[in-house]
Amino acid sequence: METALQIASAIKAGEASAVEVTQKHLALAKENEDLGVFLNLMEEDALATAKRIDETPDSDKQNLGPLAGVPVALKDNLCTEAVETTCASKILSGWRPPYDASVVKKLKQSDAVIIGKTNLDEFAMGSSTENSAFFPTRNPRNPEYVPGGSSGGSAAAVAAGFSPIALGSDTGGSIRQPAALCGVVGMKPTYGRVSRYGLIAFASSLDQIGPFTTDVSDAALMLQVIGGHDENDSTSIPDATPDYLESLKDQDISNLKVGVVRELSQGVSPDVSARLKEAADVLAAAGCGVEEVSVPATKYGLSAYYLIAPAEASSNLSRYDGVRYGLRETADNAEEMNIATRTKGFGDEVKRRIMLGTFALSSGYYDDYYVKAQRVRTLTINDFATAYEKFDVLLSPTSPFTAFKFGEKTADPLAMYLCDACTIPSSLAGHPAISVPFGVGDNDMPVGIQVLAPALGEMNIFRISSVLEREAPI
Amino acid sequence: MTAEITPDIAAKVANLSRLKLTDEELAKFTDQLSAILEHAADIEALDLEGVLPTSHPYPLKNVFRQDVVSQGATSDGNDTEKNSGEKIAAFKSSVLGVAPESEDGQFKVPPILS
Amino acid sequence: MPEKDLPHNHSKHESSKDDDFEVVIGLEVHAELATKTKLFSDSANHFGDEPNTNIDPVCLGLPGSLPVLNKRAVELSIRVGIALGSTISPCTFARKNYFYPDMPKNFQTSQYDQPLNVGGSLTLASGKKIGITRAHLEEDTGKITHIGGGGRIHDAKYCLIDYNRAGVPLLEIVSEPEISSGEEAREYVKELRAILVAVEASDGKMEEGSLRVDTNISVRKKGEVELGVRTEIKNVNSLRSLLRAVEFETKRHISAIQAGEELRQETRHFNEDTGETHPLRSKEDDMDYRYFPEPDLVPLDPDEKWVEEIREQMPALPTEKRVRLKEASGADDSVIALLVSRGVDDLVDATIQAGADAAQTIKLAEQNLSDGAGKLEADAFLKVVNMLQAGELSATQVKAVLTEVIENGVDPKQVAESMGFEAMDEGELEGLVEQVISQNPDEWERYKGGDQKLVGFFVGQMMKLTQGKADGKVVTAMLSKKAAN
Repeated sequence: METALQIASAIKAGEASAVEVTQKHLALAKENEDLGVFLNLMEEDALATAKRIDETPDSDKQNLGPLAGVPVALKDNLCTEAVETTCASKILSGWRPPYDASVVKKLKQSDAVIIGKTNLDEFAMGSSTENSAFFPTRNPRNPEYVPGGSSGGSAAAVAAGFSPIALGSDTGGSIRQPAALCGVVGMKPTYGRVSRYGLIAFASSLDQIGPFTTDVSDAALMLQVIGGHDENDSTSIPDATPDYLESLKDQDISNLKVGVVRELSQGVSPDVSARLKEAADVLAAAGCGVEEVSVPATKYGLSAYYLIAPAEASSNLSRYDGVRYGLRETADNAEEMNIATRTKGFGDEVKRRIMLGTFALSSGYYDDYYVKAQRVRTLTINDFATAYEKFDVLLSPTSPFTAFKFGEKTADPLAMYLCDACTIPSSLAGHPAISVPFGVGDNDMPVGIQVLAPALGEMNIFRISSVLEREAPI
Repeated sequence: MTAEITPDIAAKVANLSRLKLTDEELAKFTDQLSAILEHAADIEALDLEGVLPTSHPYPLKNVFRQDVVSQGATSDGNDTEKNSGEKIAAFKSSVLGVAPESEDGQFKVPPILS
Repeated sequence: MPEKDLPHNHSKHESSKDDDFEVVIGLEVHAELATKTKLFSDSANHFGDEPNTNIDPVCLGLPGSLPVLNKRAVELSIRVGIALGSTISPCTFARKNYFYPDMPKNFQTSQYDQPLNVGGSLTLASGKKIGITRAHLEEDTGKITHIGGGGRIHDAKYCLIDYNRAGVPLLEIVSEPEISSGEEAREYVKELRAILVAVEASDGKMEEGSLRVDTNISVRKKGEVELGVRTEIKNVNSLRSLLRAVEFETKRHISAIQAGEELRQETRHFNEDTGETHPLRSKEDDMDYRYFPEPDLVPLDPDEKWVEEIREQMPALPTEKRVRLKEASGADDSVIALLVSRGVDDLVDATIQAGADAAQTIKLAEQNLSDGAGKLEADAFLKVVNMLQAGELSATQVKAVLTEVIENGVDPKQVAESMGFEAMDEGELEGLVEQVISQNPDEWERYKGGDQKLVGFFVGQMMKLTQGKADGKVVTAMLSKKAAN
C-alpha cells in the first residue's frame, strides 16, 4: 500500500499518473461497497481533479502541492461546496453547502484528489458508526466487527486502502478510537491547531479535525497541510505550524521522558494491557525514561465529557428546525413543524444527547451539572500540567478493548460511552494525541497505543509514535 | 446533585428541545439518562471549591475581524470585486435553492400561531 | 390621554387616590450599531435592501459556520460606555437558547453575566441622574412578515423570513429602575439617542428600528421600598408611543391595585392603534434560556491603551456641545434646555461655530424652530442669520424663508429671491411712512402724545402697504424719530 508521501513524490516526478492512481483507489472502493465506507463516492469530481493534475506540464509538476494527486476521503461532517454533506443524518439529507470547509480549501490548494464523503455516527455521536442514519460501516480487517466511531468511515477507508489519507473529526476520541479499532494511525491535534470552519459542530469546545493515515510520516505531512491559523475560526491558534516532517528525521528519542498513565491503564482488557506494556518496553529500549504516573482527574473525564459535549451539542443542533435547509415535515404552525422535523430527522442517540445536554443546561441543574463538569475540566488540565512537569509525553491504550461486534453495545448507551474513557481526558484538556497500531488482541483485531502531549506538543508525539510504529509486533 | 431524571423532567427537556416522544420512548430515555447521570455522580465527591470552570481549552482573547463587507450590498451601493451583485445573487439563490420552501426571495414557514 | 385609552372606567374622584402611587421605570434600549458589517460576519449591515441579499453562512447559521467578532462594533460600544461613564470590563459571550424562526441558530449570541460596559449614568436635561446598570453586545434577529389575515400574527396563513437583519450588532443599554414618569422615560431615550448619534455609534432611527425600547414598569404606594409587580412592554416604536405606553400601563397597574386585583409579572405588547398593552402569549417552559458560555468565541478584554485611543478619537458629546453652546452664546440654561428639548442644539452650535452671531442665532432658533430643524442645516442657517443682520430680510420675511428651508432644504438666498424679498430702500420706506401718517392723523397725534401702543398700529399699516416687506424695526425707528421732531 502506497503512502501519501510516495504517491505525491511519484506524481511530482512525472512517474505516476494521478488519473491512474485515482482510478485504482476508486475501483477498490467500488469493489468493496459492502463495507459501507462512503456515503458519496465523488468519482467524477475526483477524476476531473486528477486529470487537471496530469495536465500540468512535466516541468511544472515539482511545483504541485504537497498532496499532488493523493486520494483523500472526507468524513461527511466537513462541508464541501455544492457536494451533499449530511453528517449521516436524515435531517441534513440532500443539503449542499454553499462553501468549502477551511480544511477542504487547504486540501484543494495542496492538489489532493477528494474521492468521497465517508460514513459516520450521526452528527459524530457514537463509537461504532452504527448510529449512521443510512447504513453501518464494517471493519475492513473483519467485517463482522465495527470499525469504531464516530469517524468509522474514514478509518475504514484508510484501513481498506481506498485512500492513503482520510480526514475525520475527534470530539472525545472519534479519530483515535476508530483508528485503533481499524489498525491505522489517527491523530487529534491540539484544539485550535486545525481550523474548525466548515466542520459541522458537535461540541464546539472539543471538536478538532485530524488525519487518518497508514503511517506516522503521512500524519505529520497532513498536519502540516491542514494546520495553521484561520481568521474564520476565533479559536484558531495564531502560532505558525512547525515542520513536523523535518522533526521525524531525528530518530533519537533518548532525551524524552514517557509516563504511562495509571488511571487510563486500569479497567483495560488484558490483551490490550499486554500490548501497552510491550509498547512501554519498546520506548525504554529506545532509551526513553519510562515510568508510571498518576493523573487523578482523568478518572472523571467520562463524567465531565458526557455533560459538556451534550450541552454544547444541544445548542449547536438547535438550528436543524426545518426552516432554512434540510428536512422539513409539514405542520400547521412553525413550532409544530420544528417538532415534527426534529423528531423525524434525528436518530435516537442524537435525541438522547440533545436531551442530556438540555437537561445539564436547564435552570436548576446548570450549576450542579454543566458548571461542575467545567470545573472538572480545569482539574483535568491542572493534573495533566503536573504530569507534564516531569514527562514529555504520556502513554495509554487508545481503547480499553479491541473492536467489538455489531449490536454488542447498542442497547446500553453507557457501555458505548465507555469506549472513549482513554481518549476523553486529552479532549477535555485540548491536548494533542495520536493512536498508533501496535499488534493485535485476542480476537485478532488491532490494538492502538495512544501517545499524549501537552498543547502544541505534536512534535514529540510524532517522534515517539514513529518508534512505536517501527517496533510494533506484526 | 441528584442524579435522577423523572419522566416529568424528561418530558420537559424533550419539550425544550423541540422533540416529541412516545410514551415508550419517554420511559426508555428516562431510564437511559438516569443511568448516565448516575455514572456522572462520581464527580459529586470531588472537592471543587475554588476551581474555576474552563470553557475554552486553549486560552486566547481579543480575536477580531475588521469591519469590511465581503458579502451583501455596501451602504454606498458600490460593488467591489469581493462584493459584486453577481456574487450576492449567486449566494442568495444557492441558499434559497436548498430551502425547504421559499417565496419571493424569502424563506417560507407555516404561521407562528395556528 | 384620550378617554378610550383608559384601561377601566376611571371616575374622577379616584384621581386623588392615584396621587398616592408612584411609578418605577427601567428601560432596556436596543441600539443597532452603525457598523458596515454584522457583529460576527462580513455581510452588510444595511437597512432597506432587497430581502436576503445581506446574508452569509455565519448570519444564516449554516452548519459548520463560525462567528468572529467585529472590532468596530466593540469600539462603538466602548464609545457609548465612555459617554455614559461605564467601566469598560473584561467580558465573554454567551448563548441564549430559544426557538424562533427569525433566529437562524435558534440561539442568540449575547452577553450574560459578564457584559462589556458595567455601570455609569445618564444625566437628563433636568439635571436628574439615571443610573445605567450595564450595556452588552448581542446579535439582532431576522425579520418575519406575516402573510394573510391582514398581516397580523394571530390570523396569518404563513410567514416569510428575511435574514438581512440577522446578526446586525445591537448594544442593549439597561437602566436602573430610577425613571419616575413617562415624560422622564421619553427624556431619557431622547438624551440617550443624542449620545448614540453624537458618538456615531448608531443612527438612532426609531422608525427604522435602529433604536428599540423595552420598558419595565411597576407601581408602588409612595413611601414603600419594595417594588411592585413588574411588567415589560415591547413594541414601543416612537417616543410618543413610549409616553402613551407608560401612561396606559401606569393607570392599568394603579387600577388593578385599587381594585385588589392581582397583577402578573409578564411581557406585554403595545398596540400603536389603540394605545393599549396586551399580554404576549408565552409558555413557561420557553422561558428557560439555558445561557452558557459561547464556545465559538473567546473572551474580550479591552486593554486600557485601546480604550484611551477610542476616548481620544471620540466626537464631542451632547453635554460638551451644550457647555460650548452656552459659552459661545451666553444664553442661560433654560434657553439651552429649550433648544435641547427641540433637538436643535447641535444645529445652533454648528451655526455659531461656522461664524454666525450667537445671540441672533439663538433668538431665531427660539422663535422659529419649535418643531425642530427639519432640513435646515448649519450653512443655510448661517446665511439666514447673516441676511437678517445685513438687513436684507425683515423679521417677518425671515420667518417665511426659514419655514421654506426647514420644509424643503432649499438655499435661503434663492428662497428670498423667489419670494420677492428684497430689502426696501430707506428713502422709499420713509415716503410710505409719511403716507401712512397723513392717512391716519388722529392716531399720529395720540402717538406723538405718548401712546406707545400705537407703534403696533403703524407697523401693521406699513406691513399691509408693503405686503410684509418692510422691516418692523426700521419702521419703529423712523416713527420715533419723526415723533421727536
